[in-house]
Amino acid sequence: MTSTVRVSDVTKAYGRVEAVRGASFALGQGELVALIGHNGAGKTTLMKLMLGLIRPTSGAIEVLGDNPAAGEFAGRRQLGYLPENVSFDPALTGRETQAFYARLKREPVAKALDLLDAVGLGAASRRRVSTYSKGMRQRLGLAQALLGAPRVLLLDEPTTGLDPELRQTFYDIIARLAAAGTTVLLSSHALTELEERAGRVIIMNRGIKVADGSIDELRRLARLPTRIRLKVAGLAPSEMPPWAPADATCRRLNGHIVEIDAAPERKIELLHRATAAGNAVEDVDVVPPTLDELYAHFLRQSEQAP
Amino acid sequence: MNILIIAAKEIHQAIRNRWVLAATLLLAGLALSLTFLGSAPTGNVGVRTLDVVVVSLSSLTIFLVPLIALLISHDAIVGEMERGTMLLLLSYPVARWQVLLGKFLGHLAVLAFATCLGYGAAVGALAATGSQIDSDSFLAFAAMVGSSVLLGAAFVAIGYLISALVRDRGTAAGICIGLWLLLVLIYDMALLGVLALDQGRSISAAALNAMLLANPTDAYRLINLTGFANVSTFAGMAGLAQTSSLTIPVLLSALLGWTLLPLGLAALAFSRREL
Repeated sequence: MTSTVRVSDVTKAYGRVEAVRGASFALGQGELVALIGHNGAGKTTLMKLMLGLIRPTSGAIEVLGDNPAAGEFAGRRQLGYLPENVSFDPALTGRETQAFYARLKREPVAKALDLLDAVGLGAASRRRVSTYSKGMRQRLGLAQALLGAPRVLLLDEPTTGLDPELRQTFYDIIARLAAAGTTVLLSSHALTELEERAGRVIIMNRGIKVADGSIDELRRLARLPTRIRLKVAGLAPSEMPPWAPADATCRRLNGHIVEIDAAPERKIELLHRATAAGNAVEDVDVVPPTLDELYAHFLRQSEQAP
Repeated sequence: MNILIIAAKEIHQAIRNRWVLAATLLLAGLALSLTFLGSAPTGNVGVRTLDVVVVSLSSLTIFLVPLIALLISHDAIVGEMERGTMLLLLSYPVARWQVLLGKFLGHLAVLAFATCLGYGAAVGALAATGSQIDSDSFLAFAAMVGSSVLLGAAFVAIGYLISALVRDRGTAAGICIGLWLLLVLIYDMALLGVLALDQGRSISAAALNAMLLANPTDAYRLINLTGFANVSTFAGMAGLAQTSSLTIPVLLSALLGWTLLPLGLAALAFSRREL
């Protein structure tokens, strides 16, 4: 797998505040990577560094063979970017804006205007951007990011302001591009959305990369318990089933549901025990740790580390 | 190519925002009123009207064109940064100096269009009312229009330099107004005061020339009021015109320098800027 973006030991300091500290990673062709972290964790700073909008205090960055800090921009023809809170010149219409950006990328204007329909801007594209709602500006932002055939897509909070239907379309487009070999780096707060889609997750906290891997890898690393929910008939309200292991945390959720926190390697054993107990168990649900929980875990871990 | 794409967009925006219309109407309105009201005290006997127009219009240009130029340019970089549009533009395959030069060409085109059309209206009106316009007068007028555009270019470049250096739009606007007052009003008064106090004892002619070249509006004034013999008689500058060693090429290169130097510095400041 060839990498399209390489970040090596990059630090970016604003005065005494270090927005990014010693971050290193490489993004490969066709990867769909989620960059998560709370506000001020350094997500936007990383993207700006990749675009050469700011220069690293130390370390090196390479994007599509360019060194953005030196002002090289040949590779940017194959790069799409959607900034957080994207804004456009209010006096121009959506079509005019899209045509302008298409010309800068030397893309045929007619093809670029088709993208406006693809993001559902359709009829509104003939109106001035000043009349657009937040969601419509976001659609136009997506349309310009998809111009050409980007090999790298940097999307900063791309789904804020999009309605659920367009969110779905958006993730479909992204998945199709990633399958065709585009590197997609996407930052978001909507962790549940990313959970099924991102092949890889990078978690940032206070400028430091605290975790990097596929969700399964992160689950293994985090060793968070899987929650097993069992619907058990004939239990008194505060009673626990007799087969529940003494060393696992159990709680009663409501009427007949018992929730057990199972360590990853004891999952199967617990299920065996539950089913061996006879037909008292009516239903079972296995909930692996969600991205939300993993995120919280790695954040806690990095806060405790010196 | 990139430069032209950006210039075209700037022009498009200026038309949409009615900047072009407003500037053209303002300049045409003032040029026309000066043409007809300005000739009232002299009457029309024996005086070549267009020469009078050149004198009065160039005095007006010194106030107005720098103001218009600073108004459209002070916001060019810092304003786009504040609105967030610069972030997206710079993620495209364009160099920052191309963005700056493209904007410059676009803004200059708007200014040149407004000046040529606005001032051209004055000549058109004179011709239509049957005034005699000889070729000397016309040459002086054309030089006035050309140097007005050059004066505008200098102030657009100065506006960019300020825009590339400051943190927010308000500061840019404030500095631009201050600079306008300084260069257009205060500088000449201060210079006059210094000369009157000095009584020609320590300030040499060369020093005075240098001080005149150090202000683009003075260079412009000298081009138009002393550059053409037919005009300088009306401007009351005939004496000065004969003694001044500041020739038209020197004055023009001063204006050109006032354009290129701030533009180069603005490009440098912009390329170092983080956003």
